[in-house]
Amino acid sequence: MTDLTTVLAGVRFPNPVFTASGCAAAGQELDQFFDVTALGGIVTKSIMLEPRAGRATPRMAETPSGMLNSIGLQGPGIDVFLDRDLAWLCERGARAVVSIAGGCVADYAHLAARLRDRPGLTMVEVNISCPNVEDRGQVFACDPQAASGVVSAVRRNTAPDIPVFAKLSPDVTDIASIARACVDAGADGLSVINTLLGMVIDTTTMRPALAGVTGGLSGPAIRPVAVRCVWQVHQALPDVPILGMGGIRSGLDALQFLLAGASAVSVGTTVFGDPSAPVRVLAELEQALSDRGVEHVRDVIGLAHTAAGHLVPEGPDPVGDEPAAEMEKP
Amino acid sequence: MPVQVLGDVLSVKRVGAYQSMTVIAPGIAELARPGHFVAVQVGGPESSMLLRRAFAIYDVKDRGVYGGTVEFVFAVHGKGTAWLSARRPQDKLDIVGPLGKPFRLPTTGVNTTLVGGGYGSAPLLPLAAALRERSCRVDMVLGAGSADRLFGLLEAKRMAASIAVTTDDGSVGTAGRVSDVLPGVLDKHKTDVVYACGPMPMLRAVAALCAERGIPCQVAVEESMACGIGVCMTCVLPVIGDDGRTRMARSCVEGPVFLADRVRWDDVGTVPQDTVGALARP
Repeated sequence: MTDLTTVLAGVRFPNPVFTASGCAAAGQELDQFFDVTALGGIVTKSIMLEPRAGRATPRMAETPSGMLNSIGLQGPGIDVFLDRDLAWLCERGARAVVSIAGGCVADYAHLAARLRDRPGLTMVEVNISCPNVEDRGQVFACDPQAASGVVSAVRRNTAPDIPVFAKLSPDVTDIASIARACVDAGADGLSVINTLLGMVIDTTTMRPALAGVTGGLSGPAIRPVAVRCVWQVHQALPDVPILGMGGIRSGLDALQFLLAGASAVSVGTTVFGDPSAPVRVLAELEQALSDRGVEHVRDVIGLAHTAAGHLVPEGPDPVGDEPAAEMEKP
Repeated sequence: MPVQVLGDVLSVKRVGAYQSMTVIAPGIAELARPGHFVAVQVGGPESSMLLRRAFAIYDVKDRGVYGGTVEFVFAVHGKGTAWLSARRPQDKLDIVGPLGKPFRLPTTGVNTTLVGGGYGSAPLLPLAAALRERSCRVDMVLGAGSADRLFGLLEAKRMAASIAVTTDDGSVGTAGRVSDVLPGVLDKHKTDVVYACGPMPMLRAVAALCAERGIPCQVAVEESMACGIGVCMTCVLPVIGDDGRTRMARSCVEGPVFLADRVRWDDVGTVPQDTVGALARP
């Protein structure tokens, strides 16, 4: 049996499979199909300060091995989220990774402050890369300075024992430089990657298929891009823990991300087609590791970067394995 | 509570322009009520089509030789439904259900009129049976583009006290739309409650006719869905809540059945300016 526990910036999780932001709401719907406490963590849909109606429909177009979405961050706002969604996750005993999104640095700072010391909060993921918000000027993730401003504001307003992860966009020239800017600003780790900006034109109407014209591409179609990004970020910042995501559909897909340098993974779009996918991916990953004689999941994190022939990398402990306090059961 | 089942296909039948598929899906059949739907995976486990296809449940049998079975009707529109129509008995199908909010039934025996467009009649047939069990009078109005697109006409004739049929091309019944004959049916049979399922323009017309007459109406809407279980926020439409405020409601979990007078029909496809959380337009 492989030991699946993984550590993200000092917080220990029982296994490395999480949901992905925007693909699991706040866990309640998926709890009908599997026990949400069985996952490493539940990453909630990005929450904003105020309620948000989102974009007009059509919001979705299916694409080969993927989909394009333009939801526009529809959500209830932080007040309802705290009282209803985070409270439910806490009571249920799930490890909540709360994704936050805003239109300016002050929004993010307020959101972090509202989350501070809330029971059930395990980690904060900062959505600096969502290409969907109406306000097209605010793609923080594409500018190292803007990204850094958001991350430092969130870090300042978050309790020291709660890791802050910045979620990176792949739509940049040099993802490692954005990653470095986020880490220099205080990010404890990085979520890699958000959707890629895409577009579909309906050849019957001869107009864009989405009401929002462009949308975020996700699903297995983007997996090689995501694995490449995780690889590049891990290579540049080998000591920074990564939560990897982008088109994970099977345990072997998840293993690719770990090998590229992720300490944990999120299963996202696959959930739309297979609501029990996260626990299936976890079981398949466990089997794959066991088949390969891996004793501890940490032994494969970043392994693909080492010369062939080594199963377990030599030298100092790999990424994410700093001594950690046992995480308190919520 | 919905379940995810890997069921065996029992049969796939051609019915006019449509396909009717029966799947052995224990756990779904027992819980299904008229108006519920299922979400079906298409293309197999390695499919490049990631999203489920949603279909209203037509018939269920919760016991019998095969255990629980679920039947749904679909039209071949694209690659996913083409794959589905090529399934054969004993093929496996990953199916999630029952999903959504079903039709609400009256507690006393009232006069009901059921309006179906195309294969939107499929969920209305079990609804008619449930209404009759409650001593309701059931009149039906079925409409479609052409005769081969009328689903369940014979069954409807057996079930309903009266039936009116329209086709766009006049191949069966009255040439025209259901909304052309519905006012006469409502007046003649002193309808107390209307139930409707079909394309959005038809539902909108039915809702308007009911609103004019002050007749309560429930509609099962058709919105494009990605997940069917309430997590993706794709299938939304503007709906007025109990507090009088408009929200973008998920048709998969808050619907597909809505009270017709709560749907902002003129604004479907948009986010009205007074929706909770709407962004101010420049």
